Amino acid sequence: MTTQTDPQSKLAAYSHPERLVSTQWLAEHLGADNLVVLESNEDVLLYDTGHIPGALKLDWHLDLNDQLTRDYVDGEQFARVMGERGIGRDTTVVLYGDKSNWWATYALWVMSLFGHEDVRILDGGRAAWIAEGRELTTDVPQVSPVDYPVVERDDRTIRAFKQDVLEHLGRPMVDVRSPGEFSGELLAIPDYPQEGAMRGGHIPGAKSVPWGRAANEDGTFKSREELEEIYLGEQGLEPSDDVVAYCRIGERSSHTWFVLTHLLGFERVRNYDGSWTEWGNAVGVPVER
Amino acid sequence: MAAQFSASTRTDDLPAAMAELAGEFHALEQKDRLQLLLELAGDLPDLPEQYAGRLDEMERVDECQSPVFLAVEVEDDPSRTAHIFLSAPPEAPTTRGFAGILHESLDGLPAEEILAVPDEAPYRFGLAEAVSPLRMRGMVGMLGRIKRQVRARTTLDERQ
Repeated sequence: MTTQTDPQSKLAAYSHPERLVSTQWLAEHLGADNLVVLESNEDVLLYDTGHIPGALKLDWHLDLNDQLTRDYVDGEQFARVMGERGIGRDTTVVLYGDKSNWWATYALWVMSLFGHEDVRILDGGRAAWIAEGRELTTDVPQVSPVDYPVVERDDRTIRAFKQDVLEHLGRPMVDVRSPGEFSGELLAIPDYPQEGAMRGGHIPGAKSVPWGRAANEDGTFKSREELEEIYLGEQGLEPSDDVVAYCRIGERSSHTWFVLTHLLGFERVRNYDGSWTEWGNAVGVPVER
Repeated sequence: MAAQFSASTRTDDLPAAMAELAGEFHALEQKDRLQLLLELAGDLPDLPEQYAGRLDEMERVDECQSPVFLAVEVEDDPSRTAHIFLSAPPEAPTTRGFAGILHESLDGLPAEEILAVPDEAPYRFGLAEAVSPLRMRGMVGMLGRIKRQVRARTTLDERQ
């Protein structure tokens, strides 16, 4: 690691404390060499209304998704997205965003598909920074582009496709959607457009653990002890389990993927990004209600 | 709606204020279009007294990912002037910007002119590439609901 990690005690209890930073730590390290802060939100304009000084915008849809095929950007596109933000392969990247860091963890997961080593989440995200009355600016920093290497995306280690999930049936799976979506009563997040799937329900055998159970009201992650109580105690998962997490399009499950992988140290967690918008539309796949 | 993603620059079938706004967007580069959208988000007027704090009396726009509420009133004057009231939270500036575009384009127009707005008009602002086509659905939903309310209020009155 090129940049020092946050020694805060809450973070130190997690399996990979180097994956999180506190608002305090970030405030102290803004402007540090080889540190780039990226804001990743659901709303593409939210960054422009005010952001952490020095932070750059990373849009989940325009920057991380291929605009034609339903897939992530390829190695060349990713290298361009990183390079134009002044990010090199050894840069420490801190991500934060709205919605309890849904899109920040999503971006971290995509960066991990490309094996970017030092990428961290700001605990509590945008909401925590604002709640503490910390500085925001609308100034967009000038960046000197750097060369980011073209790296092949690894779709095998932390990503699951529909076929992988079919082969995984019978093994641990976490459905992180709302209870109404899990039961099949709703086809989308409550209060979100009710569209996008032909069938409601869940993948057979999946446990219902809504993503938000891992977060506190203020958007920060729950403590290690509280997380263990949920995923290990109540759900009976083991850190050595082979787990697949899914939601509707893979954003909320990135949050849970982050929790299981980096906070609780699970060794093999894959995010099924096709999620319910693929499974609920696929012909002939088993559905449980 | 197969043609909805095509970047049409046609404005001659839009109401004057909408055509003007569409022209302003097209004259800008992508990143500046976002800035204009942000300005329009800021320009969206607050709800008047009869709706403030009474969102339950307005129509929820389900196509938007954030809570957007809508109300339409049509006057009894000869041209059936329509007034549009929209509410969108500041933490959803894109959606608020869409509401701002529709408010600025349509508020105060005769009902007939609003009903004549093409359903795919939201794609005439050159915004799909700037915010992604996926996010344009909310504005299409808002326009559809505005037109439906205008239609309901005018046809209902004719029956009386």
